[in-house]
Amino acid sequence: MEYFLLQVLNGIQLGLLMFLLAAGLTLVFGIMDLVNLAHGSLYMLGAYFAWTFMGWTGSFVLGALLALPAALALGVIVELVIARRLYARDHLDHVLATFGLILFFNELVRVLWGPAGKSITLPPALAGTIDILPGVPYPTYRFAIIVVGAVVALFLAWLVTRTRIGMLIRAGASNRRMVAALGVNIELLFTLVFGLGAILAAIAGLMAAPIVSLKIGMGDDILILAFVIIVIGGIGSIKGAFIAAMVVGQVDIIGRAFLPDLLKKVMSSSAASTAAPSISQVAVYVLMAAVLVWRPTGLFGQRQ
Amino acid sequence: MLTRLAAGAAALSLFAAPAMAQSTIKIGFISTFSGPQAAIGEDMRRSANLALEHLGGKMAGKTVEIIYEDDTFKPDVGKAKSEKLTVQDKVNFVTGYIWSNVLLASLKTVVDEADTILISANAGPSQIAGELCHKNYFSTSWNNDQTPMAMGAYLQSKGVKSLYLMAGNYAAGRDMLAGVKRTYKGTIVGEDLTKWPDQLDFSAELAKIRSVKPEGIYIFYPGAHGVQFLSQYAQSGLRGQVPLYQAFSIDALSLPQQKDLALGVPGAQQWVNDLPNEQNKKFVADFRKKHGTYPSFYGAQSYDSIMLIASAVEALKGDLANKDAVRAAIKKANFKSVRGDFAFNNNNFPIQNFYIQETVKDSDGNFTLKTVATAMTAAKDPHHEKCPMK
Amino acid sequence: MKDLLTALRTPRGIVVAALLVLLGVLPLLTQAFDQRYVLSIGTRVVIWSIAAMSLNLILGYGGLVSFGHAVFFGIGGYTVGILAHHDVFSGWIQWPLGLLVCALWAAAVGALSLRTRGLYFIMITLAFAQLVFYVGVGLEAYGGDDGLNIARRSVFSGLIDLRHRPTFYWLCYALLLATTFGLWRIVNSRFGMVLRGAKSNETRMLALGFPVFRYRLTAFVISGTLGGLSGLLLANHDAYISPSMMSWVKSGDLIVIVVLGGMGSLTGPIFGAIAFFVLEESLKPLIDLGRKGWGEYWQIVFGPLLILVALYARGGIDSLLGRPPRSGGGHG
Repeated sequence: MEYFLLQVLNGIQLGLLMFLLAAGLTLVFGIMDLVNLAHGSLYMLGAYFAWTFMGWTGSFVLGALLALPAALALGVIVELVIARRLYARDHLDHVLATFGLILFFNELVRVLWGPAGKSITLPPALAGTIDILPGVPYPTYRFAIIVVGAVVALFLAWLVTRTRIGMLIRAGASNRRMVAALGVNIELLFTLVFGLGAILAAIAGLMAAPIVSLKIGMGDDILILAFVIIVIGGIGSIKGAFIAAMVVGQVDIIGRAFLPDLLKKVMSSSAASTAAPSISQVAVYVLMAAVLVWRPTGLFGQRQ
Repeated sequence: MLTRLAAGAAALSLFAAPAMAQSTIKIGFISTFSGPQAAIGEDMRRSANLALEHLGGKMAGKTVEIIYEDDTFKPDVGKAKSEKLTVQDKVNFVTGYIWSNVLLASLKTVVDEADTILISANAGPSQIAGELCHKNYFSTSWNNDQTPMAMGAYLQSKGVKSLYLMAGNYAAGRDMLAGVKRTYKGTIVGEDLTKWPDQLDFSAELAKIRSVKPEGIYIFYPGAHGVQFLSQYAQSGLRGQVPLYQAFSIDALSLPQQKDLALGVPGAQQWVNDLPNEQNKKFVADFRKKHGTYPSFYGAQSYDSIMLIASAVEALKGDLANKDAVRAAIKKANFKSVRGDFAFNNNNFPIQNFYIQETVKDSDGNFTLKTVATAMTAAKDPHHEKCPMK
Repeated sequence: MKDLLTALRTPRGIVVAALLVLLGVLPLLTQAFDQRYVLSIGTRVVIWSIAAMSLNLILGYGGLVSFGHAVFFGIGGYTVGILAHHDVFSGWIQWPLGLLVCALWAAAVGALSLRTRGLYFIMITLAFAQLVFYVGVGLEAYGGDDGLNIARRSVFSGLIDLRHRPTFYWLCYALLLATTFGLWRIVNSRFGMVLRGAKSNETRMLALGFPVFRYRLTAFVISGTLGGLSGLLLANHDAYISPSMMSWVKSGDLIVIVVLGGMGSLTGPIFGAIAFFVLEESLKPLIDLGRKGWGEYWQIVFGPLLILVALYARGGIDSLLGRPPRSGGGHG
């Protein structure tokens, strides 16, 4: 039972981290109709900024907090210089240009920070474990991720459903022309949304950094997973991204934690231990394909 | 316009590489110099250049040129670069190769089609030690099975009764688990092959380990994954409860990031930076003087491969026309390896010792590795009997 | 045939013809200058051109962005590799079987994927490609991710010797010409009109009574089969196949090549493939000429170059050759 609880928590933690990355992606896609492959680069740079600021200030929290305005600035620059020229283009131009950005940022990181990876050491307060139930320890830092992730998710929910900006975001996701016709400064809104996406990506990156360590291209693989999530959830839907991230987190953990034992009940032990990792590796993709075959625009996407 | 311009430029650059005077010895060096794995390639290049420096830039009085090519961590690119080195640059030797899939993709191109000697300075897949062994193929590293076998033997001798195994789900990862099982005879209480290379999280596996309570954990996570695993292992609270053992997961390149998390985690290796032979002392001291860091085992193997080539070139007085003679000269392994005793087995893989190393802090406060035991002496890989060469 | 000749008289036609002639005599040139490695690059360019053209049929003309096209490299290549591993070297068996498997897989994926649009289609095709990729990684009997060495290249009863480099190149070249001609016929046929019509206005095509889904599925199968052909060739060129040939990175490369060259232009993918490989080979030495040792950072130049193409050269390299991109080209 304790074991089960731990694994569920692991799934939630993984899902929340993924949600932070996916939320920015789905916002940018939903409102500006921009396929931003470079979102993973913002994730990576968020982590590298945090590493640098942590070195300067000697403080984990301070470094992390300083990385956020830096990520915002970077997001705004990318939006002003490149992204805004792409909104009116078709998706393939987006793919080509933002793929170019990925190559550029990866090499830039190599020039500025060197080819070797970096690691972030946690302060002692976060490095240990806490008992979530008496006698059931759980890594403090992962628990902190759950807390921060949940807070950010609630903030986003509030932002999208209760504020004027949120209303514009929702309106923009369903009908961009209408928002522009309402006399809203659409350019400013776009820059803001892109900056918000950059901050969310940076939060995900810097929070993942102490767990996964920093390396060039660290955002590229996880980016695919983030796309899987926004597609399962329905593009442009924050709620969909949240639910999909939670489901993907649990599916991933179940595949790794419980599948080998389940398979051993139906096949030989050695066959099970070969088959289980292969199945759990593709589980997320099977899930996405199944959802799309069933609902071609994801769980909460708009019908065309 | 763009195409024509670029095509013209490329033609220029390709056609402009003139056939160098025959008086130079050319060595092709394939490794990864871009992307997240570039740190390994850089360490190898520094070591190979240091070897050349120690040789005074010459072998048998002839100038030596090392041509470095970037495989970008992709088998097809590595194969193309191998072809460029052999066909266009007409190198006398090809060495390097971090990754077994790059090596396997390039193998035929170099050893068969170009009839050129290939010296692997890292990758050591089992096929090449066994049925795919080749007279033109030599290794200054090891076969995948050997390092984990050394670790398994050590675990066996320590009396560790139950073990939990973890590795990335790819060919080398599976080899590394199979290797341990060859020599470790205790109970394997669990085994996880994790998604490779993009698994970011080991929380599910660590929770499993917590529930089965093994006496030890053995891992194979090279590069960034080793850094990742050690920090998650520490954060999970398992550190101090279940001891960790590893192969290729802690090295001179990852230590600056792993720092004290690596303390108390033994590993197996055929070379350690403190091995007490003269060649090694010179290599490590000069490398540190030049770059301020300790060389890694990748570097040591690269240094050896250049020195191995030099020994053959010297023996033949620089005349490399007769390929049989070159092969025979290489096979003698008449050079001073930084790992000490070194001889080639029938399959052209080294017969060598394996050591157990642990992380320590040196007098300047840098983290480094230290030999604590000898796990195997004059070890031969388990595949050499399948090799038809005698 | 008459249309083809008219097309050849435009500036683009002249450039294309010159390029095709140049590609045709490449082995003679590389032999004359003793540059066998250039021939190897040339062979890769020709094979990738076939793959990119096959992708262009659905992407450029059909508006269907498949992010899993490299899977056909893998399926085609593994058919050759696995059969060769079991000592079946005959090309008469390997090649038709490889094409058949690719066609079947394309039909299955197409049937399930073509109900989705836009980014959803991109991602579902990626999902199916990743499935095959991980199956490849898990194929321990065939080397897993270490890949599979192919002991002998395909044998065609002694008719043609694929081991001979120039011969193999000319075979690839002939297949490229055949592919170009075949696709030219397809896109200019009624079938092609419907495909392009559905891209710009699906509702209208449906209203006109065309079974758009079936047209698209057919195009998807043709595209996959031709993609498989390039896989067969690539495996024969490299004498090696590994899952990395079907990673999403390769699928991305193919998309980049098509967009770089010019979507919805018949010969655009050839330009794209040439530019892609030539840049990959030449940027590093070129930068090194300027400042030694900086060549390894070539992607810091290549990246912005792609951005510039996306921003300012709509319609890709193809559009630089005079005529603006034709209607339906370049808009998704």
